Amino acid sequence: MRPFILGAVAYDPKVVTIWEGFRAWLETRGLPFDYVLFSNYEAQVDAHLRGVVDAAWNSPLAWVQTVRAARDRRVEAILMRDTDQDLTSVIVARADGPIRSIEDLRGKRVGVGAGDSPQATLIPLDHLASLGVTVEAKRHDVLLGKHGDHVGGERDAIRALVRGEVEAACILDGNHALFQREGTAAPGLLRIVAQTGAYDHCNMTVIDGGGAHASRFRELLLAMRYDDPEVRPLLDLEGLREWRPGRTSGYALLERAVDRFA
Amino acid sequence: MSVIDLDVLGFGEGAHLLVARGLAGSPRVEVRGRDPALAIDLPAWCRARGHAIAALDTHDAITTATIDRAATSRWISAERAGSIDAVVDRAPATWGLAARGALVEAGGPAPSFPLADRSIVWADEAARLYAQATAAQWDPATAIPWRAPLDHPPEIEDAIVQIMTFLVENETAALVVPARFLAQVHPHFREVMQLLAVQVADEARHVEVFTRRATLRRATLGTSAAAGRASLDTLVREPDFAIASFLLNVLGEGSFLPLLHFIRDHAPDDATATVARLAAQDEARHVAFALAHLAHHADREQLRAAVERRHAVLASTAGLNEDVFDALVLLAAGSWEPPAIKRGHAAVVALTADMDRARRAHLERLGFSSADAETLSSLHTRNFM
Repeated sequence: MRPFILGAVAYDPKVVTIWEGFRAWLETRGLPFDYVLFSNYEAQVDAHLRGVVDAAWNSPLAWVQTVRAARDRRVEAILMRDTDQDLTSVIVARADGPIRSIEDLRGKRVGVGAGDSPQATLIPLDHLASLGVTVEAKRHDVLLGKHGDHVGGERDAIRALVRGEVEAACILDGNHALFQREGTAAPGLLRIVAQTGAYDHCNMTVIDGGGAHASRFRELLLAMRYDDPEVRPLLDLEGLREWRPGRTSGYALLERAVDRFA
Repeated sequence: MSVIDLDVLGFGEGAHLLVARGLAGSPRVEVRGRDPALAIDLPAWCRARGHAIAALDTHDAITTATIDRAATSRWISAERAGSIDAVVDRAPATWGLAARGALVEAGGPAPSFPLADRSIVWADEAARLYAQATAAQWDPATAIPWRAPLDHPPEIEDAIVQIMTFLVENETAALVVPARFLAQVHPHFREVMQLLAVQVADEARHVEVFTRRATLRRATLGTSAAAGRASLDTLVREPDFAIASFLLNVLGEGSFLPLLHFIRDHAPDDATATVARLAAQDEARHVAFALAHLAHHADREQLRAAVERRHAVLASTAGLNEDVFDALVLLAAGSWEPPAIKRGHAAVVALTADMDRARRAHLERLGFSSADAETLSSLHTRNFM
């Protein structure tokens, strides 16, 4: 019998460690499991639609792409991480510079992440556009095709801001403190000019139910407990405390951005 | 509910330490602060750690948030790796490299440290002997009078070179054997691990100073006999910690102590006398630990069998390198004159009797009867170590 096959994008070597760990954990619980790694989300979405994989660990943009390409087929987000819910992006400028409000950004150079990054490019640029503010976006394409999963694009945008090459930069909310802690920007150097609305990030996507094992897969992941020392390293690597049932209410901002920039 | 006032401290500057500290002591905390980014950084920080934001408000440039601590924690099933000042009977592999007494997170590797039983590795004297060992370390560069005059005859120098060649070989075995067990001792038994490490460092220094003494005047070393290396090989291959310690440290180094004293007493120059004296000082400590350790755990029948087994293995070998025996005679004689040789020969015969006495005394300290001690001492390798 065919195992439950998951598709995931290899944005970092640790992705192998993560899914090897999940494979071992799931198989000891009786779920035949395997995974296929893709170098980019477009290939993963295509493979998912063709049935090569039963579920796809999708970026928010890959989710939107899947929904749109699936047409009349039933597409569901069955799981997501607690850390995928209610994210925001922020637009930061230099605290010692002239940019104090969104209005000040009009016509200015704004550093963004990879061209396909929802959090560092699409959603914040859409936020500006929705307020009628047009800017000159300067992309930092680290690992294009990986939808901004790699933090390098955002880091490069902040570096460009520090060097004065752009007047503002767009980053995920959680990276604001991170970039100060790691020294990319000195504390006090950044001023938050704007914050987008809340949105959701990755989800585990299935099409037409995802096959015979999908519900068992979902049950097992929902039962993972951070207190369990066997599970904890996997959750630490994947960056979550608990799996939650998937929801699709958090993708409106991205849908709007895709419509605007497509 | 405790209240945490961050004032102007931001999350890029360590504010999370105060929040985490508050949450460690209370399941719900209120956080206040004036950092303009607080309303963004605090929820993001909480999200990544599973804490819930129950309320968040910014008014008059002051952000106030109520946080409910995550129900889960990395430390829920953590356990103490024993206590700082007491060892357990058996150290679990999962404690691994953690400091004794540390709070150890569950999960993680379980490295193999085969010597994990108190009954096999521990001796209460280890801490005291370790302190003594570190206090007694000496610097080969300054502790030895390397420039002291060497005005003895060339043949005596040749004898010293031969003896040093023999010592280097034996001290190398004395380095390798504890080094092999060092990596097997569970780090929970920290003092034993430290003591073995110093022992290894001691032997490294001995190898250095004996080599340096041998080459003060000569560009080539003496001979290394097959039988000597066969004798040492049985030590290196001994898989049992207690037996290896017994054969190497009690019987081997126990025999070496009179040998080093002999070299010290008959040395024609200060450098030779000093390297022998300082090495003997270290070896005495190694013997003391082995005796203390074995006094607790020695299975005398097992030790007896080990001596007999080694004797059988080495029975067909040639014993002590004749060049070494002759060099010791010449060292004690001081010249090739027949009366001097007669004196030197008698001194070496007396040395072997001293070694036998030392071994028997050690064996009796381990609880062997004097008759047994005599028999076992006589079965000891003729190579001295």
